[in-house]
Amino acid sequence: MIFLGSLFVRRESFATYYKLVLEECIQIGINSALLFILVSTFIGAVTTVQTAFNMVSPLIPRFVISQVVREMTVLELAPTIMALIYAGKIGSSMAGGLGTMRITEQIDALEVMGINSSSYLVLPKIIASVLMYPLLVILAGVCALVGGYLVGTVAGILTPTEYVSGLRFSFNPTEISFALTKSFVFAFLIASISSFKGYFTKGGALEVGIATTEAVTTSVISILLADYLLANLLLR
Amino acid sequence: MIKIKDISKAFGDKTVLDGISAEFDKGKTNLIIGSSGTGKSVLLKCIVGLINPDEGRVFYDLRNFTEADKEIKSEIRREIGMLFQGGALFDSKNVEENVMFPLDVLTKMPLDEKRDRANLCLKRVGLENSNKKAVSEISGGMKKRVGIARAIVNNPNYLFCDEPNSGLDPQTSILIDELIHEITHELDITTIVVTHDMNSVIGIGENIIFLYKGHKLWEGNHTEITHSGVEELDDFVFANKVMSQMRKQ
Repeated sequence: MIFLGSLFVRRESFATYYKLVLEECIQIGINSALLFILVSTFIGAVTTVQTAFNMVSPLIPRFVISQVVREMTVLELAPTIMALIYAGKIGSSMAGGLGTMRITEQIDALEVMGINSSSYLVLPKIIASVLMYPLLVILAGVCALVGGYLVGTVAGILTPTEYVSGLRFSFNPTEISFALTKSFVFAFLIASISSFKGYFTKGGALEVGIATTEAVTTSVISILLADYLLANLLLR
Repeated sequence: MIKIKDISKAFGDKTVLDGISAEFDKGKTNLIIGSSGTGKSVLLKCIVGLINPDEGRVFYDLRNFTEADKEIKSEIRREIGMLFQGGALFDSKNVEENVMFPLDVLTKMPLDEKRDRANLCLKRVGLENSNKKAVSEISGGMKKRVGIARAIVNNPNYLFCDEPNSGLDPQTSILIDELIHEITHELDITTIVVTHDMNSVIGIGENIIFLYKGHKLWEGNHTEITHSGVEELDDFVFANKVMSQMRKQ
């Protein structure tokens, strides 16, 4: 909390942050998009095949398959599973980058120049993360549903009409709000935990590696805990 | 002028600095020397505020830096240029962007003016044709020069150099020393250099303080250092064979 508080004192100009946030958005968002598209499309495809494999009863209509895919995608796969991947890719990059800056005295150099290094380096990462991760979650959700559609229809598991009606059947828009709320919380947790671990690295290259591992591990645990708490709070 | 008064610092049970007082004059190259582990870098970090001393105060032209609030400290720091041991250049930026960086965040200069100023400083340190190179592409000596250019780009009143010639060959070390010395006189600034290199001591030491086990044992200049009469300082000064032979002669 003290670390987060330090981000808001002795800030630089708005223009400086604007530029930094934009750079981070590109780093976080654009550079992660391909991985998110790839992983989510395959997850959607596999979920469709596995759901179909388990629904062998003739009493269950086939559109239920895509309904299950939708529920899993919106509630868990897009926001939570992608958060674990995000922690691995972006969280480790943040911790490693800041850790290296710390041990090579780049952070000290900023402080000597009279710049609040935590605010200058960490605040743009957190803002960019909170802005970009929800967009990545939306992208992942769409790709997962498209992946499911492609595999479901090409493999003859269900028709396009059945897939689409399954997606639309008893749809509750609150689930989208829930997924986005989760994505904001996860993005904040990953960025702040990873930055904290990286920023306070002490020692040399070995310690940067340790800080990076700790950043990912702590982020993953906090994502899972937050996921449980948010599900309890928001889905009752 | 920078004045330090009774600076003490301990890490756990280990006392690194014990009541160090000194004055570092404007327009002079001031050296802090001593063997490894005597607290030179810790003292420098206490002076620039990267480490808070347990006791004592630091004054920048009579402004109490140690007891100043964060805003005042930040203001004073904007008058500081510092060359770090490893250069501390930002990997994500090229040479020119590194030098321009203090102007980017501390001034509202137009881009062209910032670029001109950065290139002027790069020219001053002899790197006029390297402005678009990545940091990973340049040698250790060039990194130090870029570090010096970045340190002086914002017209500092105080220049700090932490072991500026560590890891450099003797010729490049001398060039870096001369550069620091010339810049100090050109800009009429207060320069403090932490070093254990005897070439630097003899070459540019206009005011030298010698640290030994966290204490200041001696203060003087490069002409006085060879006959200080302080045994620990003589051991340090005449440690290498060349100096030792000179002493015998």
